Amino acid sequence: MASTAVVVEGAPRPGRARAFLLRLRSGDEVAHLITLVFASAIFLITVLLVFELYRNSALAREKFGWKFLVTRTWDPVFEDFGALPFIFGTVVTSAVGLLIAVPLGVGAAIFLAEMAPARISDALAFLIELLAAVPSVIYGLLAIFTLVPLLRTVVQPFLKKTLGFLPLFQGPNYGVGLLAAGIILAIMIVPFIVSISREVLMAVPVEQREAALALGATRWESIWKVVVPYARAGILGSIFLAMARALGETMAVTMVIGNDPKITSSLFAPGYSIAAVIANEFTEATSDLYIHALIELGLVLFILTIILNGLARLLILATQRKGTAHP
Amino acid sequence: MGVTMGPLILTPAAGKDRSEKLRTTHPAGVAAKLQVVDLNFYYGKVQALQAINLDIAANRITALIGPSGCGKSTFLRSLNRMYEMVRHARAEGQILLDSQNALDMEVSQLRRRVGMVFQKSNPFPKSIFDNVAYGLRVNGWKGQGTLQEAVERSLVRAALWDEVKDKLHKSAYALSGGQQQRLCIARALAVDPEVLLLDEPCSALDPLATAKIEELLFDLKKQCTIVIVTHNMQQAARVADFTGFFLMGRLIEFNKTGIIFKTPAKKKTEDYITGRFG
Amino acid sequence: MNYRTVWRKSVNVVMFSLTGLCTLLTVCILFFILGYLVWHGGRAINWDFFTKLPKPVGETGGGMANAIVGSAKLLLLATLTGVPIGFMGGVYLAEFGGKTFSFVVRYTTDLLNGVPSIVMGIFAYTMVVLPMKHFSTLAGGLALGVMMIPIAVRSTEEFLRTVPQSLREGALALGASKWKAIATVVIPAAFRGILTGIVLDLARVAGETAPLLFTAFNNRFWSPGWNQPTASLPVMIFTYAIAPYEDWHRQAWAAGLVLLGLVLLTNITARVVLARKLSSAAG
Repeated sequence: MASTAVVVEGAPRPGRARAFLLRLRSGDEVAHLITLVFASAIFLITVLLVFELYRNSALAREKFGWKFLVTRTWDPVFEDFGALPFIFGTVVTSAVGLLIAVPLGVGAAIFLAEMAPARISDALAFLIELLAAVPSVIYGLLAIFTLVPLLRTVVQPFLKKTLGFLPLFQGPNYGVGLLAAGIILAIMIVPFIVSISREVLMAVPVEQREAALALGATRWESIWKVVVPYARAGILGSIFLAMARALGETMAVTMVIGNDPKITSSLFAPGYSIAAVIANEFTEATSDLYIHALIELGLVLFILTIILNGLARLLILATQRKGTAHP
Repeated sequence: MGVTMGPLILTPAAGKDRSEKLRTTHPAGVAAKLQVVDLNFYYGKVQALQAINLDIAANRITALIGPSGCGKSTFLRSLNRMYEMVRHARAEGQILLDSQNALDMEVSQLRRRVGMVFQKSNPFPKSIFDNVAYGLRVNGWKGQGTLQEAVERSLVRAALWDEVKDKLHKSAYALSGGQQQRLCIARALAVDPEVLLLDEPCSALDPLATAKIEELLFDLKKQCTIVIVTHNMQQAARVADFTGFFLMGRLIEFNKTGIIFKTPAKKKTEDYITGRFG
Repeated sequence: MNYRTVWRKSVNVVMFSLTGLCTLLTVCILFFILGYLVWHGGRAINWDFFTKLPKPVGETGGGMANAIVGSAKLLLLATLTGVPIGFMGGVYLAEFGGKTFSFVVRYTTDLLNGVPSIVMGIFAYTMVVLPMKHFSTLAGGLALGVMMIPIAVRSTEEFLRTVPQSLREGALALGASKWKAIATVVIPAAFRGILTGIVLDLARVAGETAPLLFTAFNNRFWSPGWNQPTASLPVMIFTYAIAPYEDWHRQAWAAGLVLLGLVLLTNITARVVLARKLSSAAG
């Protein structure tokens, strides 16, 4: 909605400042100003956040430079800090999480959007959305007492026996570790993939499905060969969004990842993620450099999530445009 | 409230400086409530109204007819400056309400004097009472009597009182379509406007509801000046004292309703009336 | 019926079952979580949990009264700081916004929404804890408040936009000024939706742990005022769950049940209210 745009013929134009004060007498301009101030506050807070992250990681950035991102050591005693183990842990757990969550989530989304009757689809989608509301720490709580023992006693020995020739499934079996973190992440991001993908699929125009079916395709073929490709960008967008969430997940991961800043080839091994190390060591940090190193890790995480969120938004936007571009 | 005498229109020579392009005149002796002088209206670069000159008679019903997109709604909305909600919309010229230029007035004041009822009824999601009282509350009620009395008066004038007097605190959405539109009329009347603008008020209503509202207008014009935009020529013929025919942003012809419909002066008017287009 | 058709038909059936299985699995997770928590948490909940302070390390018994009160205070502060900013920002975007600045505000709101919660904790740490030189409820509340802003903005803007233009026109035509029309007609019309959105926002923030770890920190005792570190339900769950004491685990379950119960209850109520509002508005 625009502000008033009346052309007043022949009225004198007061000086800028006076004009501003005159307009302030009108309630509309005051309201505009007040809401503008609050909206600006949001902008300023965000700018401030980025600035503070940057400023308070200065010591670490100056000392380590870009090498920070590729150094493997994390030694608080000798004050040698490197981000690589945490980037590794974050990426690996997120990858495992996605590997599990994407087929599961897209599969469920396809079922709910294309195959289930509307009432059931809505009811189940509602329940799945409730999963997204469960706090991270509760997932962690459950993971510690159910998932970890399960992995330690049943799943990991089984994997070791059957797929033990792969370095991924070798090594000592504690229960906690990269695999545990990956699985709990999968459970946490599945609801996002399901709800967004389901909406994207439901937005595919009916004509597309009908065209495929009219050509003799089976239900599944019309879905897999026509509808899903049409919605491809949106589904990919949901995956990116889920990825961004997975990267930033703190509590559940912290509770089951094992807290060991090492880079290994085994999923059974304990690891560490960026969020987890900040959560665990921030209050124990004994020196300014230590804290700055942790904050620099936070900055890295922040930038990664911005990039992923940005890509996700572009992709989802692309699907929406596509939907409206067709007659 | 009540009849305010505007300037009498005599002959073109007397009084103000007016363009000679298209002079529409009221039959001499009828006071004009609103005088539109050389109104040009633009949406950005597109000109929607061209050099409109028109006098709206006080205490009469003036109907504006024309095909879709001819500018009659745009014209109506310029009378109470509703176009100001739209970016890049601007009006040039003069709209004299009792010799005060509406385009220069304080807009809230203007809208208190010139009320509007819309095509699709738009009651607020409030109670019936609160809907009618809204204009009074928002403008600072300083009139005679209590708020309740004012609300009742408006509902009586809108011929709705008997139907709602027992459920004033129910939601306005509980009413039927025709009742909601009469509620909107009551709401507009509550602030005692001198002019009431109606933009195709019956287009979404059934014939019975439409008849009720037309009956209402006959009563209302005693206290109010009424301008109604309608795409229904029969309605214009039924209710209006004067009718104006718009086409492509211009006012083609304006005269007593009887003359417009029986012996129009312009061929375009005749074509429209007889259904050759539109 | 040739071989190819049989194959295609079987693929159809198999995929139907597989995708259905995926759905079932996902939904079962929810029921598993609920069931497990109700079972373990239900057994651990007692009157002490709500009324007593935590016992020293190693001793059994005690409760989380201070954590419950602490969470309530943190959420109160979060609402007081985040909601006004978010609400007003949403009003600006929906009713007043100019083209470029609106874009900037929307973009930064989205950005803020994507900030990992632990990074939000770092922000509150640098802004409040460092200058004050100690942990405080204030720092925790502000961290949570900033987290509430993006969703409050989005909720407000979206629901204000659903109010039909005809209502605004109606109010303006009666002589109301723009801000009066917004305040007396538009906002009340959108109110239920906005409120629901904010309540959902609050429920989400109630479960956040990471931003509190180094802002409000933790406290074995009561935390009067706003300047001291305070216990909170999520942080207690975390602390107790990773500790080696059986009794602490028991209490973590109880706390988990209480927290999840509140969060889910709020979510279900809010969504039902929202669904009813949307269907009544369409009518």
